[in-house]
Amino acid sequence: MKLPFADRSADRSHKKAGVRGSARFKLTWAIWFLVAIHAVVVLAGFFAPYNYETQDREHPYAAPTKIHFVDCAGKFHLRPFVYATRNDDGSVIGYNEDCSQPAKVGIFVHGDEYSIVGVHSTRHLFGVQSPASIFLMGTDGFGRDQFSRLLYGGQVSLFAGFVAASFSALVGLLLGGIAGMYGGRVDDIAMRLAEIFITVPWFYFLIAVRAFLPLQISPVVAFLLVIAVIGVVGWGRPARLVRGVVLSARERNFVLAARGFGASNSYLLRRHLMPLTFRVMLTQMAVLIPQFILAEVILSFLGLGVGEPFPSWGNMLARAQQYNVLVSYWWMLLPGLAPVPVFLAYHSLAETLQERIKSNI
Amino acid sequence: MRFRALARIVCFFLWCVSMLAGAQAQEELLRTTSEAGNRGGNLVIAQRSEPRTFNPVTAVDQNSFGVNARMQADLIHINRVTQKTEPALAKSWTASKDGTQFTVKLRQGLKFSDGAPFDADDVLFSFKVYLDEAVHSPQRDLLIIGGKPMVVQKVDEYTVRFIFSAPYSAAERVFDSLAMLPRHLLEKDYQEGKINQAWALNTPPDKIAGLGAFRLKQVIPGERVLLERNPNYWKIDAKGQRLPYLDQLTFVVVPSQDAQVIRFQAGDSQIISGLSAENYAVLEPEQQTRHFKLYDAGPGLEYNFLMFNLNDDTEGRLPEVVRKQKWFRDVRFRQAVSAAIDRGAIVRLVYRNRGVGLATHVSPGNRAWYDAAVAVPVRSLDKARELLKTAGFSWKDGNTLVDSSGQPVEFTILVSSSNTQRGQIATLVQEDLKAIGIAAHVVPMEGRSANDRVLNSHDYEAIVMGLVSGDADPTPDMNVLMSNAQTHLWHLNEKSPATPWEAEIDQLMQKQLVTLDYQKRKKIYDRVQEVLAQQLPVVYLASPDILVGAQEDLGNFRPAIIEQYTFWNADELFWHTPAGRH
Repeated sequence: MKLPFADRSADRSHKKAGVRGSARFKLTWAIWFLVAIHAVVVLAGFFAPYNYETQDREHPYAAPTKIHFVDCAGKFHLRPFVYATRNDDGSVIGYNEDCSQPAKVGIFVHGDEYSIVGVHSTRHLFGVQSPASIFLMGTDGFGRDQFSRLLYGGQVSLFAGFVAASFSALVGLLLGGIAGMYGGRVDDIAMRLAEIFITVPWFYFLIAVRAFLPLQISPVVAFLLVIAVIGVVGWGRPARLVRGVVLSARERNFVLAARGFGASNSYLLRRHLMPLTFRVMLTQMAVLIPQFILAEVILSFLGLGVGEPFPSWGNMLARAQQYNVLVSYWWMLLPGLAPVPVFLAYHSLAETLQERIKSNI
Repeated sequence: MRFRALARIVCFFLWCVSMLAGAQAQEELLRTTSEAGNRGGNLVIAQRSEPRTFNPVTAVDQNSFGVNARMQADLIHINRVTQKTEPALAKSWTASKDGTQFTVKLRQGLKFSDGAPFDADDVLFSFKVYLDEAVHSPQRDLLIIGGKPMVVQKVDEYTVRFIFSAPYSAAERVFDSLAMLPRHLLEKDYQEGKINQAWALNTPPDKIAGLGAFRLKQVIPGERVLLERNPNYWKIDAKGQRLPYLDQLTFVVVPSQDAQVIRFQAGDSQIISGLSAENYAVLEPEQQTRHFKLYDAGPGLEYNFLMFNLNDDTEGRLPEVVRKQKWFRDVRFRQAVSAAIDRGAIVRLVYRNRGVGLATHVSPGNRAWYDAAVAVPVRSLDKARELLKTAGFSWKDGNTLVDSSGQPVEFTILVSSSNTQRGQIATLVQEDLKAIGIAAHVVPMEGRSANDRVLNSHDYEAIVMGLVSGDADPTPDMNVLMSNAQTHLWHLNEKSPATPWEAEIDQLMQKQLVTLDYQKRKKIYDRVQEVLAQQLPVVYLASPDILVGAQEDLGNFRPAIIEQYTFWNADELFWHTPAGRH
């Protein structure tokens, strides 16, 4: 005969194990996805079939290329292929496939030259032989491959978010740590400053700050400026969190003991308190990065980020502001979907980390 | 008794004669040749913004022109379709042999929309206002001929003589769009020095009068302006019916072109003009289902160009621009840039083949003055490289163009951020120049800031911009082409021509101004176009077609390439079925 109490306990432990397993799966999935997407974006030159600025002026606003396994004669092919397209009706953007010009989709093909951390190459993961083209997500008004630009654009959008969040976290860590450790007037000044930055409507602030900056700047400088502006605005919340952690931790026994042995404030901060903020900061980063990616996307969408011909998810979406683009070329909206899986992954990561922190507490 | 009866008959006869004479004075109307239509209905026209003023003396924006031109009339009018002059308030005119005098006979018996009579005194008053320096009317510049203002004399009640200090080839055209003002309403304001404040948007409609087809009915600020039919209008159709046909014109404010397209699709507005080729392509398939018709009126008078900053930096504020001007001032550099640009791609990608590439500022749409002998440059990278080589440029690290001192050739191209098409042109130019090793950076900038840099601070390196010729005649282009002109954009404030070719253009433009024979003028203007195509003060790129649309039920709709493209003949427009158009 089984005791009811024993049953309930077993159920609970199973459930707990199940929840932990699910959380672990979510965490693993999120981390792997983010690593993968960042790797693809870093290696955009290899994964993209074309350079981000290559214009195929014969194919403006071409719809995504159809990848075939069955040819015009109805014959099945194991290897995928595409047909070259041509503009027959004189409307500039109406394209028909030319059955007489099939082109097999090749792997590790040569194409536009690119450079990854100083290494130059012309080899791409996939591509087709000219005159055919492979536009997985169609082309824009200049005949530039949207898929290639989306990957290159990720370099701007994802890394702007990542670097800006790191910058915010670093400033937050420093000021929050000092405020929590020293308290008093230092704490007051740092926290009031943080509150000012938290209460400032960041979007308008970003626009105002960007408007004061010179317009004639190179795309790299524009990128760095966007990061700096976003990062400066976002340090308030992590600073408050870090302060809270430091404030509660500094009264804990091991800290008091260390202090009793003559440890200085900076030593305590460095050695005992900062490590305690690690998980909180990690969670904060997972929350801040998607926010800051969105900020970059919005700034670029409004023309305040990097300029032509450099792509970012925001400036790629900017063309969809035009009515004719909105109603005629659905593939121009795809850059708007690109951040969604990234945001989901970051949110899963943040949620799981937060759950872990709670369970540890 | 007999004598009394005879006297009665004579009196009656005299009365009849006087009545007839009076009637003739009242009814000296203009008979149009366009299709006779049906009276009634309302026509809704969308505009980017409301007019700033109803005062034709101070109006400078197209939205004000568009509304004011419906309420006012000019002496001689340019037919927007034929691009030729035709009688309006003037029933006829004669020019003296030497071209310095111009005598205009006015239509007799015309009335302003408030019923007051129109005569030579109103004409004299109008020109007095326009020519008054204190009024600062934008029309004044057009009335200064040979450096002196024209003199206006009253010959009789219905005859006016204009005297120019020098022969004036475009004398007839200068009267177009110069509204004849009602002296009885505006003279007091003028004498008190308040003419610029007169006829604002809040002026009561009964205080505003004109000789145009419509008169002001109501203004709803920020939303719409309603005009109603002027019962005293001086045109009749072939059937003797007094124009205009429409009972009402409504100008609604729709700030963006995309919104205008949506309103037009929905039937909320019945005319649309200034369509981009992309929006034209969106509307094109819907013509039958939504009962409207689109028109491609052909290349307009707008010309888009890439301009380098050739201004003198006398104050030493812009050392970087000055450094780059060493390249910009070399005609071979400008020619190389021109040769590297693919105008065909601009026309295809930006204008969807609804436009033309340009060699000069004169587009083929200007039928009377376009010089077909000046070929539109075809892209040739070889030619561009050759020109750059002869100018002392070379290439290093593969494809980076460097000047004779080894400096890489790099500059920024400003472009108005609100003009999508010019933004696209700038991106195409950027890519084209990359092919010859030039690193151009496109900098979108708010339109007014960009204009301010061009006109005032001169703080720019290159810009993609556009201008629209006000008329098909060469004379208005003097504002840009003459070295001392106010809008000699590439090199403002030249005290004397900076280059021999600019001196030649000055001379040629002055000569065409006083040459009365069209063929001789054409030859002179052809030479101007040759010089411009050769020297490229700006790199002329492309001109878009004028694309417009209207409900298919609208009669006499004849789009033109001169402003206002769609409703320039609003007095003749009519609804085939006016009953449903209220």
